[in-house]
Amino acid sequence: MSTDIPESKEAAMRMADSDFAADRREHDVRSALLDYRDRIRAGELGALPAILGLVSLVVLFTALKPGTFLSKGNIANLSTQALPITILAMGLVFVLLLGEIDLSAGVASGVCAAVMAKLIVDSGQPWYVAVISAVAIGIVIGTAVGWLVAVVRIPSFVVTLAFFLGLQGVTLRMIGDGGTVPVRDDVIVALANKNMPIWLGWTLAAACAAAYAATQLLRWRRQRVRHLHSRPVELVAAQSAVVAAALLAGTYLLSLDRAPSPLITLGGVPWGVPLVGALLVGCTFVLGRTSYGRHVYAVGGNAEAARRAGINVTRIRVSVFMIASAFAAVSGIVAASRLNSVTPDSGGGNTLLYAVGAAVIGGTSLFGGRGKARDAVLGGLVIAIIENGLGLLGTKAYLSFLITGVVLLLAASIDALARRRRSSAGR
Amino acid sequence: MSGTPVLDLRGIDKSFGSVKVLHDVAFSAYPGEVTALVGDNGAGKTTLVKCIGGIHPPDRGEYRFEGARVRVGSPRDAAALGIEVVHQDLALCENLDIVQNLFLGRERRRGLVLDETAMEEMAHRALSGLAVRTMGSVRQPISTLSGGQRQTVAIARAVLWDSRVVVLDEPAAALGVAQTQQVLEIVRRLADNGLAVVLISHNMNDVFAVSDRIAALYLGRMVAQVRTADVTHRQVVELITSGVAGEPGPRR
Repeated sequence: MSTDIPESKEAAMRMADSDFAADRREHDVRSALLDYRDRIRAGELGALPAILGLVSLVVLFTALKPGTFLSKGNIANLSTQALPITILAMGLVFVLLLGEIDLSAGVASGVCAAVMAKLIVDSGQPWYVAVISAVAIGIVIGTAVGWLVAVVRIPSFVVTLAFFLGLQGVTLRMIGDGGTVPVRDDVIVALANKNMPIWLGWTLAAACAAAYAATQLLRWRRQRVRHLHSRPVELVAAQSAVVAAALLAGTYLLSLDRAPSPLITLGGVPWGVPLVGALLVGCTFVLGRTSYGRHVYAVGGNAEAARRAGINVTRIRVSVFMIASAFAAVSGIVAASRLNSVTPDSGGGNTLLYAVGAAVIGGTSLFGGRGKARDAVLGGLVIAIIENGLGLLGTKAYLSFLITGVVLLLAASIDALARRRRSSAGR
Repeated sequence: MSGTPVLDLRGIDKSFGSVKVLHDVAFSAYPGEVTALVGDNGAGKTTLVKCIGGIHPPDRGEYRFEGARVRVGSPRDAAALGIEVVHQDLALCENLDIVQNLFLGRERRRGLVLDETAMEEMAHRALSGLAVRTMGSVRQPISTLSGGQRQTVAIARAVLWDSRVVVLDEPAAALGVAQTQQVLEIVRRLADNGLAVVLISHNMNDVFAVSDRIAALYLGRMVAQVRTADVTHRQVVELITSGVAGEPGPRR
């Protein structure tokens, strides 16, 4: 590591690409932005497509339905609509990171919701027993799927397709043809139908914004002090500010009184939102900061390399299906709370495709190895906005199917093209 | 400067089903020296390397490490002794960056959390120790690296762990001239740092450029283990192709 001043322009050029120059170079905003542009060009799109999609969809639907789409009531509705999709998608991110697929996650959420509802209604169990049992059933389903995929080595597509069919039968058996199990437990119903007190919403949002800024700045300082690769502080601050603004703006919109009648007040952040927030923080931590998360990425990138590095690939494979199904259980519970009931159709139909679409739109690759927990949130919002906006426009059902299908295809194409770009960008 | 070999295999037999791949093979590697393992395709080089690395434990024979008999039944056993194999396909995860690959499977942690700063510092030290100066950043993903850079990362990963023996399976096979030169320099530097280096190569120029010893396999038998200085180019080629070396020919 020489610290000589390069004598000629040529030497300076040479140094620019060696000696870990990029790690030791003072990054300013300009160079960081240039790096970002290079990354985008090389196919490292990150959250960009999802954010662009989100903004353009909001603009589109606001233009088409000016009074309704951005009304206070609809924004709250939108946030609860996105909850089950987002939770399901977040679990699926783990499976997609390995380049696998779980087609049964949707109907697994239905089975788990049915278990929960039956325990409360038929057996009179308290809500927590029902929830824990539902999640446990989810983990059991995930273990079975994971074992068949990782140990027996049946392609995940086939295993989960079989579970997709079989689990629908289980739900039908539990609830009965045409039956409905009502969900009336206060705590469960509150998840998607009740709101936090206004002050709690604000406190939580402010605390989250502060915590985010603090972790970002602390990390920046640690890297800086030890002369490691760090981003310019202006960008770190700007990113923290954007996150804080988004959190506070969302809280503001949801805290407005949205009651249709002036006689009552209705406002506050729905209880399901902090639940998703907690899951997001947890998953981001696990994927980004623990060796388990690192191993998930490694197995998704190159399973043979991971095996040779001493990683237990089988265990990782089983575990992601367990996570996906456990999240499916939570998603099923939230969906049951939103609809106040569980039917034999719960978790069927489009549920799974919406969730896969959400993860992919958010930026998780179907080829494995790339993706983040936040993709589920961004993509879940996109899907919910499409569903909600088309509903407001009174679009015919056939058209909604077509449009959602096209959006999913679009996201998968962006993923495939970016991947091609990446492989050709390698020097 | 021979002394005792750090790695000493004797009478190794290995069969796959009815096919006997290694017959009574002896092989030694010495600290501070590069031992070139040569042989034609199918002579058993890769199988021998897999025996050394614990991927395919030998059927019969003695495996001695620093004079003591050991059992190496898995790659973990080999790694615990300080034996690292860099396979031809490198086994890197393209979606992860250099630091993440270097520490794959052996991440540094503080409690539950990965200790990224410590790993990044160690990565800097390891790559600087190999005098690697061609990387822009240790936070680059592998997918952005060239073939020679990837080879360097794979070698750095092998020597990050106080290894005693490093086996390189055709490190220069897919590289250009300049990159091959760089990798050979790294190979030499590893040996100069006191490691026992085993280099598999098909290229006689590379073998003569960096090795101190040559071990030649012919149809699953070890036909010669000699000092590089004692043999000629032509003799080594004869060992590889026919299993016997003629008298040293007239040096041209």
